[in-house]
Amino acid sequence: MDSRARNLLDEALGLDQLTQLKPPLGGKAVLIEDCVETSGSFVLHQLIKRLLTAVPNSSNVVLFLAFANPFSHYDRILLGEEGKAGGRSGLFALFANITKVLNALPESNRKCLTIVIDDVSLMEVAAHGSSDHVLDFLHYCHTLTSDYGCSLVTLNHEDIYSSMDGLVFLKQMEYAADVLVKVEPLATGLAADVHGQFDGLQMTVLNRGSLNNRMSNFQFRIKENSVEYFYPGARA
Amino acid sequence: MAATKTRTSSFSRNLPAASSAQSPEIKCGPNGTFLVSSGIPDLDKTLGGGIPLGSLVMVMEDSEAPHHMLLLRNFMSQGLVHKQPLLYASPSKDPRGFLGTLPSPSSPKDDKSRSHDAEQEKGLRIAWQYKKYFGENQSNLDGQRGMILFRFIVLYNKQEFSNEFDLRRPLDRHFYTGQHVDCISTKDLPNIAALQERCTSFLSQFSRYICTFFAIDFVCFTNLLIVTFRNDATVACTGRIAIQSLCAPQCESSNMEWEMLSFIRSLKSTVRSANAVAIITFPSSLVSATFCKRWQHLADCLVSVKAIPDEDKELAKLLTGYQDIVGFLNIHRVPRINTQVPAVLEATTLSIKLQKRRYLVLECLNQAPVDGSSGSSYGTSGNCSGASSKSGSLDF
Repeated sequence: MDSRARNLLDEALGLDQLTQLKPPLGGKAVLIEDCVETSGSFVLHQLIKRLLTAVPNSSNVVLFLAFANPFSHYDRILLGEEGKAGGRSGLFALFANITKVLNALPESNRKCLTIVIDDVSLMEVAAHGSSDHVLDFLHYCHTLTSDYGCSLVTLNHEDIYSSMDGLVFLKQMEYAADVLVKVEPLATGLAADVHGQFDGLQMTVLNRGSLNNRMSNFQFRIKENSVEYFYPGARA
Repeated sequence: MAATKTRTSSFSRNLPAASSAQSPEIKCGPNGTFLVSSGIPDLDKTLGGGIPLGSLVMVMEDSEAPHHMLLLRNFMSQGLVHKQPLLYASPSKDPRGFLGTLPSPSSPKDDKSRSHDAEQEKGLRIAWQYKKYFGENQSNLDGQRGMILFRFIVLYNKQEFSNEFDLRRPLDRHFYTGQHVDCISTKDLPNIAALQERCTSFLSQFSRYICTFFAIDFVCFTNLLIVTFRNDATVACTGRIAIQSLCAPQCESSNMEWEMLSFIRSLKSTVRSANAVAIITFPSSLVSATFCKRWQHLADCLVSVKAIPDEDKELAKLLTGYQDIVGFLNIHRVPRINTQVPAVLEATTLSIKLQKRRYLVLECLNQAPVDGSSGSSYGTSGNCSGASSKSGSLDF
């Protein structure tokens, strides 16, 4: 049941066929959006766990920029850097560290690197509100996905960007992402059995020159060490 | 990399078998956390036993009524009664004067106001007496001569995890006149840095991690050693921070929104690695919507208070005990440290009542029975869980 249920999100993200040769997210940029009512950080945890444990002896590497919580909270992470970026120079230094890590990897393994950022709104706080610099930083990270084939996973809080100026920032991030995962509470309120739903998990796949848009809507229930995914009404 | 097979991390969510709460003021919570009381037993129960150490609690104020002060007062009094160091910041010119209005714990015998002073003791007092049993009372061991009967008299200490506070009785001066209470006024601070420094130096005495050592092998990323020496929570090492009306308009620094956020973020991370709890109340209606959301996301525990309109006939029909209710408490987020599983509460909206005008009580909302002619179904005790904002201000 677990391995089958896990595949709903894995299928949607293309993680169901992990091999040693193929990079895990295929060099994609994934944006996870959540809100105060329902946190999307569990998606980050599951992704990281999947990337690091799915294939034995794989060369998958996760570079984790944690702004939201100390590492003791992220129990499963093996490598990361605590986010202390301060202002523009801090972001430059952070990016320099990322490229240093990337260059330290053997060339063949560089596409197995996944950069995970938790979360972008706190990166803005760390940069004292210079959203433009944060966007630039994210764009630089995106260039890594095209230059080196590594992947990028970011978490952001959609409900913060409700004003006109904020909307532009959010839309730019959504535009740059290949995969958009929106985590929402249920419209009917809180429930012990269903903790929330994915609203239109979008995946834009470039396949031989054509764009395929895949939409998935399913619900989830978070457990201590795993997450159950199921279509509405289909939970056993 | 087979590194994932061998866990070299010393971080673990398992409850450490050896360490347990060393005093009744702290109890063990889930996922290796320790809990302290909010000063309101009903709120402790709703939050799953108490507030985890390391949490940042944020209270969204209602500009129409000062109900957040009820929460703040009880929180501060609970800490002082437990002799936990306190840092209090407020926009008034004389924050120390506020301490005189904190409530005192209510005792079962209300007349003896000083009786508990002499009986503040930690630990158990055990007294036993030996009594030679000479057959006066038949024992079930055949009444042998020379048998010594031990009688243990155990006197329980008076400290409890959580107290009921009497809002009409002020706290005794000796609770807050010591060195362990620090007050700061935020009114005339030109920027938030001074407050940040005071918080950081205050929290440094409760550091949970004495030393953390990282060693990373950059070549193959397989070897990561994290050694952490922990300081288990004891009463002397547990602190409370209470910040009232942060970003209140009368404060000079109130328009420095990014600085405020930066301060909250840094306070959150410092509190997380300390044996302390911080509570911040803020006027959410006076902060821009965007920043209000950012503040909300930073909270480990997020609650809001709302005034109840007087003489509202619709509400009076809808709720039982309407005349006793002074406001509503809405719980938006429950602290979840070291776990990803969200807490789903039976009721997210509680009514705030003052029993006998002295005791703060939080109750689930009870919908009054509706007569059959209106066609509505009878309401039973409210399982108020609802995230829908369209149904109005009350979540049933």
